[in-house]
Amino acid sequence: MEFFISLWEALPAELQYLIWTLIKIIVIVAPMMLAVAYFTYAERKIIGYMQVRIGPNRVGPKGWLQPIADAVKLMFKEIVIPTNANKVLFLIAPAITLGPALAAWAVFPFDEELVLADINAGLLYILALTSVGVYGVIIAGWASNSKYAFLGAMRSAAQIVAYEIAMGFALVGVLVAAGSLNLGDIIKAQQGGLFSWLWLPLLPLFGVYVISGVAETNRAPFDVAEGESEIVAGFHVEYSGMLFAVFFLAEYANMILISALTAVMFLGGWLSPFQGWPVLGPLFDWVPGFVWLVIKTAIFMFLFLWLRATFPRYRYDQIMRLGWKVFIPITIVWIAVVGLAVVYQLPWWFD
Amino acid sequence: MTLEKLIFYVLAAVVILAAMMVVTRRNPVHSALFLILAFVACSGIWMLAEAEFLAIVLVLVYVGAVMVLFLFVLMMLDIDLAVLRAGFIKMLPLGVVMAVAMAAELILVVRAENFGLDKYAAPARHAADYSNTEEIGSVLYTVYMYPFEIAAVILLVAIIAAIGLTMRKRPDTKYLDPTNQVLVKRDDRVRMVSMDAEKG
Repeated sequence: MEFFISLWEALPAELQYLIWTLIKIIVIVAPMMLAVAYFTYAERKIIGYMQVRIGPNRVGPKGWLQPIADAVKLMFKEIVIPTNANKVLFLIAPAITLGPALAAWAVFPFDEELVLADINAGLLYILALTSVGVYGVIIAGWASNSKYAFLGAMRSAAQIVAYEIAMGFALVGVLVAAGSLNLGDIIKAQQGGLFSWLWLPLLPLFGVYVISGVAETNRAPFDVAEGESEIVAGFHVEYSGMLFAVFFLAEYANMILISALTAVMFLGGWLSPFQGWPVLGPLFDWVPGFVWLVIKTAIFMFLFLWLRATFPRYRYDQIMRLGWKVFIPITIVWIAVVGLAVVYQLPWWFD
Repeated sequence: MTLEKLIFYVLAAVVILAAMMVVTRRNPVHSALFLILAFVACSGIWMLAEAEFLAIVLVLVYVGAVMVLFLFVLMMLDIDLAVLRAGFIKMLPLGVVMAVAMAAELILVVRAENFGLDKYAAPARHAADYSNTEEIGSVLYTVYMYPFEIAAVILLVAIIAAIGLTMRKRPDTKYLDPTNQVLVKRDDRVRMVSMDAEKG
């Protein structure tokens, strides 16, 4: 042990910093991957129960080992690369999708102190990274050299550009209301229990953000990029084995990210919902902030599955209409309202 | 060499290589993808220069939106490479003259003696709580208020002009009005009739 400590101290300071950061990244990413694996299990179970079935129940007790079995299966499947596909782009497309979904967690505050990079422009950083994720879909669709994949990519590109604007404007409302781009400060600006959180003064933006989030992650009812019944499986028709699994991981990692971000922006992140309340406040003081964050995130993760089991797929022109003609005007109007409320220090939230 | 310097040189090399690939690749989609790579690496360099707002906005606006639309159009175009290459020899002399002229201009301006630490002192490091976003905002909305608003109005005019130029009604297109579709009621479409059952 002493030997290792002396070996560690012999390293140059910058190398130490690099290694230490890498360890922190692993500490965030490894549980993320586990969460993604069990999120897929939860999806199959929950949708199963919603459709009066049982869902996976064969592998392990109650089917708990199903995601592991799926992962092993996908790892051993052959990766087929279509003829005339652009090989390099075909192979890096899944990585481009997964990378931003994981990198965005770098600025995410898990707790009052627990954050990898506590940067000032955290909100902008997340917006930028989520906007880069679309390239994975576009490149995959183009590089596959397949009509269906290409159609899926085109649909996805148009859809994500449309909804990103609404999403960005919803977040502009959040940063005006909280007065900061730092995610930790945004949470701290929501001190004071359930009704002090930003979801109430920013209710329209909250709705727009959640729905745009569903559209951004290409989930039902906005899953036209995949559209099994129309274009087979959209942008990832030609993908098999581990490459397909990476797309799958990215989709679920993005869903968890959007859920967690909704919890941070509108529902006070790691703050207790009963903070500062007469009886309930002290009663729940012992609960660590991380638990509240997980509960809030889980609510939105469940919402994603619930929506998928409930709604039929949107028609494409209706998606475009909703994004451009409904959401963007709503957000612009509400940003003006929030601006006025902040300038005139509307009591309860902005005084 | 410090870690920061290493990162800078890696990013600078990526920017230059990617920029070279943009002009040398035959396939326009590859060119566009290399341009995106150049943008991303460039934003990393801006980040090192403590201009995090500009760096992130470069990725957000150019990579996240503008280049997506670029790619969208490039992928839809049916580009015949043979046609593109056909006029190469004929245009070569003009191209060489242009290239030499631009290179000469660049060399005249970007010379080693115009730069260096004696000409421009290294900027002082800012404290950890320095917010580039706030600094830009406070200058943009006070000192440069009018130029900023004029730029905004010019952009708005450009948007309206672009829409005005491309919006034309074509009589042969079948067009659905989503509002009418959404507002449709059951009674508009379904008529209940009562019929006597046929005997037989």
